[in-house]
Amino acid sequence: MEVLSTIKVPAKLEHLHALIDRVSNCAKEQGLSEKRVNEIEIAAEEALVNIFHYAYREQEGDVEVSCKAERGMRFIIEIVDRGMPFDPLAVPEPDTTLDVAERQIGGIGVLLIKKLMDDVTYKRDRNQNILRLVVNLKA
Amino acid sequence: MEITSRQEKNTTVVTVQGRIDAVTAPEFENYLSDLISKGGRSFIVNLSALEYISSAGLRSILATAKKLKAEQGDIRFSGLQGPVEEVFKISGFYSIFKIFDSDASALNNA
Repeated sequence: MEVLSTIKVPAKLEHLHALIDRVSNCAKEQGLSEKRVNEIEIAAEEALVNIFHYAYREQEGDVEVSCKAERGMRFIIEIVDRGMPFDPLAVPEPDTTLDVAERQIGGIGVLLIKKLMDDVTYKRDRNQNILRLVVNLKA
Repeated sequence: MEITSRQEKNTTVVTVQGRIDAVTAPEFENYLSDLISKGGRSFIVNLSALEYISSAGLRSILATAKKLKAEQGDIRFSGLQGPVEEVFKISGFYSIFKIFDSDASALNNA
């Protein structure tokens, strides 16, 4: 797997735009459509904001985002943090049928990641959360 | 993100352009909150020039809608397209909100 780009910054909201810009540029360089790039930006934001909010609690820590390509077949955004173990894929899906009063927003971010990406994998490895957002380059 | 609003009889039409993400969503929510605290109860939010929305944006919309419901107010949406339409569909927002093609049809269906 070829690493196209890596960026490591403190896991804070103020770095969201820098991280998303990097992911977006990598996706564009893979020749992905504007629509697909937009979907990738949304999925990456949802994953990153979860880390900003929950990974390190009151402490500080970094998040590392790498763009990778696999034999021209798959584009992969790998997001790594050293925070609390957190498997976003284990978050229960929200009930999207409730009305305004009862509706909660929790879980929508993870739902968007799952629906917008071709594949998502999570593993906990040596104190790291490793989340991979996978986009097929060939239909 | 750029937000503008205009008054159509007793309805405020809010147009939001650009991107509503985790950074800009609080500003969007505050903008609507201000209009509600000034007495606004009927809103149409035009999303035809919105390029991007994440769950942070959905959260601000839902918070606004809950506020309005408590005041017997109403919020409708117009002009959804592209990724914004897709995000609304995935999130089930089509089943909880009134969504119209244009401001005109939203105004006619108050």
